[in-house]
Amino acid sequence: MEKRIRILVAKPGLDGHDRGAKVVARALRDAGFEVIYTGLRQTPEQIIEASLSEDVNVVALSLLSGAHNTLFPKIVAMLKEKGMNDVLVIGGGVIPDADIPFLKESGVSEVFTPGTPTASIIEFIKANVK
Amino acid sequence: MANESLKAKVAAYTEKVEKSLAKNPERKNLAHNRLYTPLDIEGFDYESELGLPGEYPFTRGVQPTMYRGRFWTMRMYAGFSTAEESNKRYRYLIESGATGLSCAFDLPTQIGYDSDHAMSEGEVGKVGVAIDSLADMEILFDQIDLGKVSTSMTINAPASVLLAMYIAVAEKQGVTPDKLNGTIQNDVLKEYAARGTYIFPPKPSMRLITNIFEYCSKNVANWNTISISGYHIREAGSTASQEIAFTIADGIAYVEAAIKAGMDVDDFAGRLSFFWNAHNNVLEEVAKFRASRRVWAKVMRERFKAQKPKSWMLRVHTQTAGSMLTAQQPENNIVRVALQTAAAVLGGTQSLHTNSKDEALALPTEDSVRVALRTQQIVAYESGLADVVDPLGGSYYIEALTDKIEAEAWEYIKKIDEIGGAVVAIEQGYIQREIQESAYKWQMEVENKQRIIVGVNQFQIQEKPVEGLLRVDASVGEFQRKKLVDLRARRDNAAVEKALAALEAACKDEHINLMPLILDAVKTYATLGEICGVMRKVFGEYQAPATL
Repeated sequence: MEKRIRILVAKPGLDGHDRGAKVVARALRDAGFEVIYTGLRQTPEQIIEASLSEDVNVVALSLLSGAHNTLFPKIVAMLKEKGMNDVLVIGGGVIPDADIPFLKESGVSEVFTPGTPTASIIEFIKANVK
Repeated sequence: MANESLKAKVAAYTEKVEKSLAKNPERKNLAHNRLYTPLDIEGFDYESELGLPGEYPFTRGVQPTMYRGRFWTMRMYAGFSTAEESNKRYRYLIESGATGLSCAFDLPTQIGYDSDHAMSEGEVGKVGVAIDSLADMEILFDQIDLGKVSTSMTINAPASVLLAMYIAVAEKQGVTPDKLNGTIQNDVLKEYAARGTYIFPPKPSMRLITNIFEYCSKNVANWNTISISGYHIREAGSTASQEIAFTIADGIAYVEAAIKAGMDVDDFAGRLSFFWNAHNNVLEEVAKFRASRRVWAKVMRERFKAQKPKSWMLRVHTQTAGSMLTAQQPENNIVRVALQTAAAVLGGTQSLHTNSKDEALALPTEDSVRVALRTQQIVAYESGLADVVDPLGGSYYIEALTDKIEAEAWEYIKKIDEIGGAVVAIEQGYIQREIQESAYKWQMEVENKQRIIVGVNQFQIQEKPVEGLLRVDASVGEFQRKKLVDLRARRDNAAVEKALAALEAACKDEHINLMPLILDAVKTYATLGEICGVMRKVFGEYQAPATL
């Protein structure tokens, strides 16, 4: 029996805007993935802990507060430290286009900016998950 | 009878239209009826349903002359980076014609953390100004006379602390608290349900809120002690009816808490205020505003038996819907905001913030915020919309829709009452689930093109990267951290310890009003993080259930 793809949808930092994270989480669930939503105010440590214990294939980070350049690379680095090198890390929220190259260099595979249909996220995951 | 004749005519019209629909189809997914006639408001009674502006049930407005006397306050929400930077922006806005101030604080400040706390990393100054102590607050209001300006502060869990800081700054300027005009948002229930900047659990949070009601009723009588908010509930995805229903349910919970704490309703109700969203569907928003005033008036007079007319009045600040701004073709947002402004003005708002065109991407620059302010000024001075009180009153559509939204709101309020009130409804996740359902429905409508968003799922272009966006430098965190080191070195640390110890003891006794002790602590230059740290210690932290 094929194992279903497991996705952690996480809200790092202090940002409380969760409409997008919840909509994406539900769309992913409807698309057949197993989804774990962390809720708000996750430290990088908590996100790593959840990724490990839930044995996820994808970590989807949602952030609208402008702290993405600090928190996203930190989370990717910590995942790698724990040996989770095959985990696909994606991000979304209020992230200026100008910051995306830096985030990708840091190991975020794709960044989904405002206006992205959930269908695109689903497609990307299916095409890129290991 | 005239009605029978009209009924027959409308029936004939409808039959003719429906026959022709095959050849002349109507656009799909239109939420309201094709046409409204007197038949849609049968039984409408002007005097009981509308009355006159400034009189119960205030459907037509809370002031007798509305904008003919004075325009709504043009109050632009602003703040970013350091107090020095934000002070400049406040003075720019006032010079440009803003008639009230509105403070945006960064997330560490909103959540009671100093800029040097571990949780503050990457967040300092990003979504608002960083305020770590009274010292920052003094800089924030430099060259601004607190005796002459009214200031709204979007601060919730630590509202008591920021209010105390504001009072302390004013005192230094020689302005006594009774002369202060302004608002603190101070609405923790919507934080749990939709916005996320809570700190403490519900019980101690309600205590802080009622402490503020009581303290202000005696000492800061011209201050709006709370801005019971629907804006964020709507931004989180709710419908218009849900926006006002859930907010009014929260309002009911606050009134009940204050009465339980021993206050007389008329001693605090006149200083409760509200905060609505100005969303895209212009006429639906107007009906929503009107319905909200009627519902609250009935709640206060009939349910809570308030005696003073001021206690029955729903006074509201409004913000244009941030969630409706697009990152695509950002100039289009200027048009959206203009329409949303029309909605808020026709709806009778007391105060308005208009978003800037670049706010789907970043905080506004001086240039883009100026256009947003000019939008209000153009509507005020050039459009004629502010020249007649409740100009849409009497429209068959507007009255029918006002009634419909009112009825839907009562349904939700009844449901929440049955659950046990807003606090329980939030603890059980009812309000959050309703909001999520509406949010998901909206997104699916957009993805299925049942709902068109210009530039996003239709009329797209190859986007060019937007230039000249405001960026908050990462060095702000370091700047604030250095300030804290200096502050701790030069203040009287013994006095700080003493004040914090007194506050801690008082927190443990639920009969003590904490405001005077918070004010004492603030004046010793205890930091926001230190004061909230004491409260965290005694009250604990709210553990949010991760509902999906």
